[in-house]
Order: sequence, then structure tokens, then C-alpha cells
Amino acid sequence: MNETPSFPPQGSGSPVLSRRTAVKGACATLGLAAFGAAISPLTKLTEDISAEEFLQQHYQELSAKDKQKVFARLEAETKEEYGAEVTIRDDRPIPGTKFVYAINLSLCNGNGKCVEACHRENNHNRQTNESYIRILEMPIGTMDMGKGNITYSHAVPAEGKFYLPVQCQQCDNPPCVHACPVQATWKEDDGIVVVDYNWCIGCRYCEAACPYHARRFNWQKPEVPADEINPDQSYLSNRIRPQGVVEKCTYCLHRTRRGRLPACLEACPTGARVFGNILDPESEIRWLFENKRVLILKEHLGTEPSFFYFFDE
Amino acid sequence: MLMGLLPVLMIVTVGMRRAHEEREDAQSVGPTLAELKAVGRSADPVEEIRRAKQTRRFPVEIRRPTGPPVIELTEPDPLGRMGRVACTTCHSVRPPNLSNQQPSDLDEFHAGMPFEHGRLVCYSCHNPGNADTLRLADGRAVEYPQVMTLCGQCHGPQARDYRRYSHGGVNGYWDLTRGGRVRANCIDCHDPHVPRFPKMIPTFKPKERFLVTTRDDHTPGLRFGGGTGHE
Repeated sequence: MNETPSFPPQGSGSPVLSRRTAVKGACATLGLAAFGAAISPLTKLTEDISAEEFLQQHYQELSAKDKQKVFARLEAETKEEYGAEVTIRDDRPIPGTKFVYAINLSLCNGNGKCVEACHRENNHNRQTNESYIRILEMPIGTMDMGKGNITYSHAVPAEGKFYLPVQCQQCDNPPCVHACPVQATWKEDDGIVVVDYNWCIGCRYCEAACPYHARRFNWQKPEVPADEINPDQSYLSNRIRPQGVVEKCTYCLHRTRRGRLPACLEACPTGARVFGNILDPESEIRWLFENKRVLILKEHLGTEPSFFYFFDE
Repeated sequence: MLMGLLPVLMIVTVGMRRAHEEREDAQSVGPTLAELKAVGRSADPVEEIRRAKQTRRFPVEIRRPTGPPVIELTEPDPLGRMGRVACTTCHSVRPPNLSNQQPSDLDEFHAGMPFEHGRLVCYSCHNPGNADTLRLADGRAVEYPQVMTLCGQCHGPQARDYRRYSHGGVNGYWDLTRGGRVRANCIDCHDPHVPRFPKMIPTFKPKERFLVTTRDDHTPGLRFGGGTGHE
């Protein structure tokens, strides 16, 4: 009568699975399965993506020790995949430096040596002849880039045309940087806009945001013969980029942050390119600003480029 | 091996590596580590540049001809000798004829030479008194290695732009505290007899994705060939 029913019923000989235990068990199983699914990319990592690469932090979060590890890994990967001994360095901005580039449109004849020099210097994909520079053949009398043609192959300069080389303008108000959803691209102290190729998710928003068509997407894994690879590399610059990420001109920071001139400038047979530190009052680029008629491409967009064009009188 | 060092250390190390190669300049290449540490990020950039410039600067070398041109003989001379002859070999024994103005006026030697340089004549630039030198407009002789002085007489704006690096090819370092430069001479790019810069054929073109006809291959990323997807 006063016997209270025990729950769960005890004393019975056969073990009965309680509801609570069953639910616990089911949840644990589901949880394990979900965890397994979640980490499955790690277990399926191929030679293309190592676990270390998958877990690598943003460049700006890396400590000196992390960088050493990452760079060593990338060098080893280049050796393994491309058969080339390369050195990847961490070139940082030189204090008191703001790089500015200018092109003399009176001298440029559109021969394209800069395009080729960029291709070789920056370890671009040999399959696509990729380059950070495009030269527009323009009818004299307009600066409308839409009227330009990049496929000309006749002797240059042609009658009635001028030539407008376009590459990253290293904007002070860079639309590409604003567009990036994961902050994989940013502007550094010397004015260069860089990309952490290992942080880029390949969404190409930056490519769409750039009004100068300065960004390129790696549709393919770049193919470069071992003997053509430029071994003098920098993490934020000309190291071989992985497939599926965006890349761009860095004013050859692996050269310019070591005091050298960019590859496109050295290659120019017409001497149309001028490069230097705008903060240095005695620099050649400063003289140019004080004495030449200098113009900005698509100035109305307010991108504030660090790249200028000028004419001789 | 250098990758792990701090960025500041990095810059100095690069400078020091170069200094190692040019031992006599070891103390003067770039700012020292102590200087960089003292400056930091917040320092006045102009002050930093001024300080950097107090260190020794590397030279700017201008390519120039080594001397007067010489002509390779294509056939033996009257004494049966082959070799190279200087301008004075012939011109010291042949008096200058100032009525000859263009190569087309000549009936032997230099006769077919192309010449398109405004309304200049041979002796506008060549020195009738000494064939191994050039002559300025005021009559003074100028040696061949100093040919740019001659060009600059008429091409003032170009000479001015050249001096300020807005004209002429250059290789080397923008930062002269880290390395030197080599600059082209006028006549490296402009043939003095036909100075207009020659036409060129563009030999290198990027393959534009959006311009490639895809035919039956619709796989993104494979349109340039590359050995996959076309078999």
C-alpha cells in the first residue's frame, strides 16, 4: 500500500535501458559523428594542403618564430613541387619611406618589356603569360580606359596612338582593401597594398572592386620551370602563389624594400618609368611633381593612387 | 635562415650582407641597427632620410663610350694588314671638305650611311681639326666620352630631365645609401645619326582569359592548356 514505485524499477533480473541513458548515448554518438565530420577536412588533407597550412594564422598575427616556420615550410614546398631552391624573406617597410611611381607617357611606346619583366620577376604562371601590367593602346585625345586596346601586336608606336601602362596604383584609399571580407589584403606603411596569399579565400571581391583591373586570380596552380623561378622571394610578394587566390603588383617589394628599383623600371627600354621615395625632398620623384604636369588615372573615383602619369612639354 | 628575425633586424641584415661583399664599405651601408632602433616608427620621416643621407652614398655610374669610335676593316689595307682603324688614320691625311654636308655628298667612305638628324651636317658635331674628338657649337673640342655635353647643347629640356631622372634608362638602387646605379648615355638609346627612337614589335602578351575562345572546353581554369583536360 505505502510502497512507492521505484523508478527505474529495481530488482528485476534483466538490465533495462533507461530513457535517460538511451538519450545520452544517442547524443554522444551524434556529437562524435558531428565532430568527426567537422574535422574530416584535416584527415583528408592531401599533399596540396598540409595540416600546418590549414591551421596557419594571418600574417599580421604571426610571431617571428611562426614566420620562420611558415617560410621554411613554403621553401620546402617550392623545392618539392617545383624543384627550385628559393629564399623567402620577410621584407618590411623601410621607416620614412612612401613609394611613388610615375610613367612618362611621352616616352612610353608600348613595347611591353615591362610586362615581360614583371612576368619573370614575380614567378607568374608560364601557361597564361600573366603579368601585373597591362598596356592600353589609346587613341590620342582621351584618357577613357574603355577606349584602350590591350591586344595590339603591330610595330609601336602606331600613328595617332599613345600607350598607357596600367598596374596596381597602390591607392591611399584602396577599394580592394575595403572589399575584402577577411582582411587578407591591407595597406602597409610605405604605401604598398599587399595580400596574405595564405589567408585569401579567393572570393575575388577585391578584383571586382578595383577600378584599374590590377588584381589577378590564380585559376590554375602556376607552372614555372625550375630554372626560370626567381629564387629571391618575399612572403608578401613574388613567392609562388597557390591556386585559387588573388595576387597583385607589390612594387616589387622584395626588391624595393631592399633599396633596389622595381623590375619593370629596369626593363623599360625607353626610360619612361620613375620610382622613388616621395618623402625625400631631394628625390627624383619629388622633382617630377614640382616640375611636370602630373595626372591621376580615374581621379574622380577618389582612390588617391600612389601612381602617376606625366607628359613632357 | 634570416626569416625569423625581426623586420628591423631584417633590413639591417640585408644591408650587412651586401656590406660583407664590399668590405671597404662595411661601415657605411645603410642606417645601423642602433640608428634604426633610435628612430622607430614615429620619427619624422624627413629627419630620418636626412640622417640616412649622412652615411656614405653609393656612386651613380653613367655609361659612356671609352673613346673615339674605331672601324673594323672588312678587307686588307694596301699593305695587306687587317685590323681596326681610328678616325684619324684617314682624316689626319685628308683635309676636311666643309662643303660636304650629308653622307649623300660623299663618293667614298661613309657614303651610304643613314642620316636623319634635323638639318645638322657632319661637322656640326665632328671636329674638322681633330677627327678623334667632337666639337661644341662654340668651337671647343669635346672628347667622345663626354658626348652628352654635345647633345645637351640643343636638347636642353631632355638634358635637364635626364639630370633629374625623368629621362633615360636606369638600373640599380633607388636608395643610394644601399647601392649604386648605372644610367644609360644619350647614345645608348639614340643613334646620333638617326636619333629617333626606333619602332619596336611587342613580343610578349599576357593571354587574356576573357578573350580566349573556349571551343568545346568549358572547364574553368583549363582554358590555357597546361596539359590537363585536353586529352
